[in-house]
Amino acid sequence: MTDEPILQVKDVVKHYPLTRGIVFKKQIGAVRAVDGVSFDLRKGETLGIVGESGCGKSTLARLIMRLEDPTSGEIWFEGEDMAHLGAGAMRAKRRHIQIVLQDPYTSLNPRMTVGDIVGEPFDIHSSVVPKGDRKKAVQELLEVVGLNPEHISRYPHQFSGGQRQRIGIARGLALRPKVIVCDEPVSALDVSVQAQVINLFENLQDEFDLTYIFIAHDLSVVRHISDRVGVMYLGKLVEIGDESSIYEHPTHPYTQALLSAVPVPDPVGREDRRRIVLQGDVPSPANPPSGCRFRTRCWKAQEICAQQEPPLVQIGTRGGQYSACHFPQDLDIVANEVPTGALDLSQMPEE
Amino acid sequence: MTEHLLEVDDLFVEFRTRDGVAAAINGVSYSLDAGQTLAVLGESGSGKSVTAQTIMGILDMPPGFITGGRILYKGKDLLKMPESERQKIRGAEISMIFQDSLSALNPVFTVGDQIAEMFQVHRGMSKKEGMARAVDLMEQVRIPAAKERVKDYPHQFSGGMRQRIMIAMAISLDPKVLIADEPTTALDVTVQAQIMELLQDLQRERNMGMILITHDLGVVAGVADKIAVMYAGRIVESADVLELYGKPRHPYTQGLLDSMPRVDSKGEELYAIKGLPPSLLRLPPGCNFNPRCPYKQDLCLQEVPQSVEVAPHHMSACHFWQEVARD
Repeated sequence: MTDEPILQVKDVVKHYPLTRGIVFKKQIGAVRAVDGVSFDLRKGETLGIVGESGCGKSTLARLIMRLEDPTSGEIWFEGEDMAHLGAGAMRAKRRHIQIVLQDPYTSLNPRMTVGDIVGEPFDIHSSVVPKGDRKKAVQELLEVVGLNPEHISRYPHQFSGGQRQRIGIARGLALRPKVIVCDEPVSALDVSVQAQVINLFENLQDEFDLTYIFIAHDLSVVRHISDRVGVMYLGKLVEIGDESSIYEHPTHPYTQALLSAVPVPDPVGREDRRRIVLQGDVPSPANPPSGCRFRTRCWKAQEICAQQEPPLVQIGTRGGQYSACHFPQDLDIVANEVPTGALDLSQMPEE
Repeated sequence: MTEHLLEVDDLFVEFRTRDGVAAAINGVSYSLDAGQTLAVLGESGSGKSVTAQTIMGILDMPPGFITGGRILYKGKDLLKMPESERQKIRGAEISMIFQDSLSALNPVFTVGDQIAEMFQVHRGMSKKEGMARAVDLMEQVRIPAAKERVKDYPHQFSGGMRQRIMIAMAISLDPKVLIADEPTTALDVTVQAQIMELLQDLQRERNMGMILITHDLGVVAGVADKIAVMYAGRIVESADVLELYGKPRHPYTQGLLDSMPRVDSKGEELYAIKGLPPSLLRLPPGCNFNPRCPYKQDLCLQEVPQSVEVAPHHMSACHFWQEVARD
């Protein structure tokens, strides 16, 4: 791993317009799915992105793949701004960035054989593998991801969930990409199969020199696989840093609340375990709170939080950790440090 | 022996499908006492939900067939009861909450209507009385502004709030047993923490017995008193929670615990149980786990291991449980 960025996301914004009327459509607002996110992806690393449903992490994945056009912002990859490339140039570029999707049941075409699914990228990028060698290339890919190459003419329904996810990974690997965006790639899998697929991701990274963006809601999985971790809340990156900084020295109250809510698979000492239980639900991204978006659920919120949006600034002495909070405080939540004034467990949630 | 609140005794359930007979439950036994939380842990297809559906009497029959065993509630066998008697128990004495609250609630009635219906049907109350009780219950499950929200429809609530509505319905008639089938699986982690907290508080207040069905080893570690681990329709290991996490004596339990990434440490490469769970249509001979087991020997292919008490209240169904020890 080097510090050299392979991909740079610069202030990317995606707003989905909310309209009223059919003939005379007019825009009455926007869902701010991603609202100004910037980060560098370093060559060879795994960057985990965590956050709850609706925080914009999947939209971010689609923007990086340019399956969606950003409302504004830039995405730099190998000296070009992918957010503004034309269709032809984009198609050539996309070869190097691939995606593995969450649901192995809906992301594979049920009418295509495994061979066709994994080999389809070669139809579009025909220069990668000569036509005569394609079957062999597909069989090699199946073998790499731990599937039987003889199953090349089977259909997706003949495979289990974990095997289907391997098919999706083989398809993602077909064009020898440099970056793979993994959008919740193990959340649909059972525990015993999940471990197999996580190990596969790690082995492939070493073998093919891959850089991952690993998006997931499971903080334990993200810690295991990531070198650096970014935490998203309501379309914003609220904290980003090395895996050990984020998990052992989180400074943003939302990161702390998330970490404290993760159940630890160990019953020893569970009576003493403290949890920060957040009030209520995530506000609507169509109408986010002013200032800091987390302030409506934050135990530290003061006047300034409603007036000024805290910028993502470097924090601490470890270097490379950035936090967007007016009152950051370094706490080892996982080791049971409790912030002063944090919410009591028995308090009523509000909506 | 003292009588348990609920006892499942050597239950067998199969599904007769076009492709053959799927042996979903193959001799499952467990018991539950008042105020106790039993976690039933297993992966998809292990039979944990089917057992719960059989207890509730909501199993689809056909294709499901109960081919053996008893389910004793306060000493009476539910499976031998006439349907009219079971209806009085279902929902009132034993109730259940489901994973997917959006499909478990009726979209065309308000949540108040649906909670009130419990009182109208089981207690013969008027609609007005029922609605008053509904508001009361929504407050107990900590839904803000319950008085106004009682007239809202399920889609107007967030996932966490909908799960609270389901819990309100489930506890409305003061059940003695609450079965929670993956109650937080569809929820975000911060909401999951809220819901588990609520369930525990309600259980304590009402001294309910709770069966928590889940695949999440983290959730189980936080709330369970005792645990039954299911694999391919059998309970392979059961013990008190500390004993099971500290000294697992079945290779499957051990593998599950070792394959969990943890939030409190970075860890090395994960241990992965090799292979896949077996098809219930074609269970392997002998021990069902043998194709995936690192301790496998010839005996495992020939004989189904019986459950033996390896320590007080700790049962394991493994021929070589003595070799299974966590380091």
